[in-house]
Amino acid sequence: MAEEKIIMAGFGGQGVMSMGQLLTYAGMIEDKNVSWLPSYGPEMRGGTANCAVIVSDKQVGSPIINNDATTAIVMNLPSLDKFEADVRKDGNLLINASLIEKKATRDDVKVFYIKANEIANDLGNAKVANMVMLGAYLEISKVVKVDSVIEALKKVFGPAKEHLVPLNKDALEKGAESVR
Amino acid sequence: MAKMLMKGNEALGAAAIKAGCKFFFGYPITPQNEVPEYMSRELPNIEGGAFVQAESEVAAINMIYGAAGAGARCMTSSSSPGMALKQEGISYIAGAELPCVIVNISRGGPGLGGIQPSQADYFQSTRGGGNGDYRHLVYAPATIQEAVDLVMEAFDVADYYRNPVIVLGDGMIGQMMEPVEFKELKKRELPSKDWATTGTNEERKPNIINSLALDPAELEKHNQKLSRKYKEMEEKEVRHEDYKVEDAELVFVAYGTTARITRNVVDSLREEGIKAGMIRPITLWPFPMKAIQNVPASTKALLSVEMSEGQMIDDVKIAIEGRLPAYHYGRSGGMIPVPEDIIEKAKEILGGVK
Repeated sequence: MAEEKIIMAGFGGQGVMSMGQLLTYAGMIEDKNVSWLPSYGPEMRGGTANCAVIVSDKQVGSPIINNDATTAIVMNLPSLDKFEADVRKDGNLLINASLIEKKATRDDVKVFYIKANEIANDLGNAKVANMVMLGAYLEISKVVKVDSVIEALKKVFGPAKEHLVPLNKDALEKGAESVR
Repeated sequence: MAKMLMKGNEALGAAAIKAGCKFFFGYPITPQNEVPEYMSRELPNIEGGAFVQAESEVAAINMIYGAAGAGARCMTSSSSPGMALKQEGISYIAGAELPCVIVNISRGGPGLGGIQPSQADYFQSTRGGGNGDYRHLVYAPATIQEAVDLVMEAFDVADYYRNPVIVLGDGMIGQMMEPVEFKELKKRELPSKDWATTGTNEERKPNIINSLALDPAELEKHNQKLSRKYKEMEEKEVRHEDYKVEDAELVFVAYGTTARITRNVVDSLREEGIKAGMIRPITLWPFPMKAIQNVPASTKALLSVEMSEGQMIDDVKIAIEGRLPAYHYGRSGGMIPVPEDIIEKAKEILGGVK
């Protein structure tokens, strides 16, 4: 890994921001250079949300990602429409196929269709669809170890939510399985 | 201490508290709201600490005037139009020689403007939006770590000079998350605050804090005293980072967020065999004049990259004294420069400069 630039996008409530923060945190735990940049603005509830995460071996320059994402993770249709073009050639495009029926139009990127919501529902909690996507991404990119994400989870959630760690772990694993 | 992942605005607040800030007065405005939010949560837990959400920015800066006058470490924060409202108070505080730290997480303007990142407050910050002959230090961090370090140092610098210090960021610095570490600062030798209005206990003459001086001779003397202080800041406090400047043909000048984008641009140009470098002012006032003047003989032109229609370019031109052509590239209103466009501008300049 030299530098991973990841765009994560979806609608508010899909856990896009926290998925990004977990990856950033995990990168920091592994002593990599990281940045997390959220979109901010006058968004409405249920509107779109996205963040840009950079995990790098060298100092992070611009935290902005435009046209040079190594990966885009899109959780809903507007996000696919908006960010498909930002993935660089040979980059990864992870599509939440549970909510997006449309296929990718690019043929110069690696596309993965992941039924994140179905997988999450099978695990008994629709809220972990983001972790399914993150698990798939980690399997593809190996940017950080799954263990580092788990460690990040514990730090971010704190002891009160410790009981949610196994569920999130399962979601990461199922996500990884889906692209193996 | 271990690294923590923190949002810029929260890190600014945490740094202030670490530096001994006891009082925060502010009024909400995007994109800096996490600063007062953090302070409102954390300051009441500190002995003697207090957070006040003022009725306006004008009230907040005047609360700072009062707290600083009583010798307390205090901070306020705002964003561009809110900063405009604080200017009168900043002038009074500078005139009365009181220390405080003021954070501006700026946004697009003029007027109410927008909420996206912008650097259009360069003039407001470095020229002073208030009246009279006054100056204050302006720190422009480019990373969250640097923001933390500079805020902590800003309190010492403010106390040392008895002067307000501005920390200028933008929405991106405020909103992004990066790892930070709170390091012990090299302590400055600070004078005692024997001027503070802490009550005489009937043991000494009252201290008077004031910025009114009706006798012109007296006021001039005061101005000259301030001037000597500002001169000392110019001599001792200038800070900048030089990036690959040694053999550069084109030297970019960029600060804060824009410097991060420009750093990538320098690397891209170097990969193409074009010798580019960057001077990154860390203090906008005092501006790193000497760094600009001392560009190597290889330098053919300077290019100021800003999120404004052209403000810092004035200082670049003042510094270079017409010896080299100085150009500006900017986006404004909350639009962020794209590396490709800066690269194109750089090539256009190098193509035209012999």
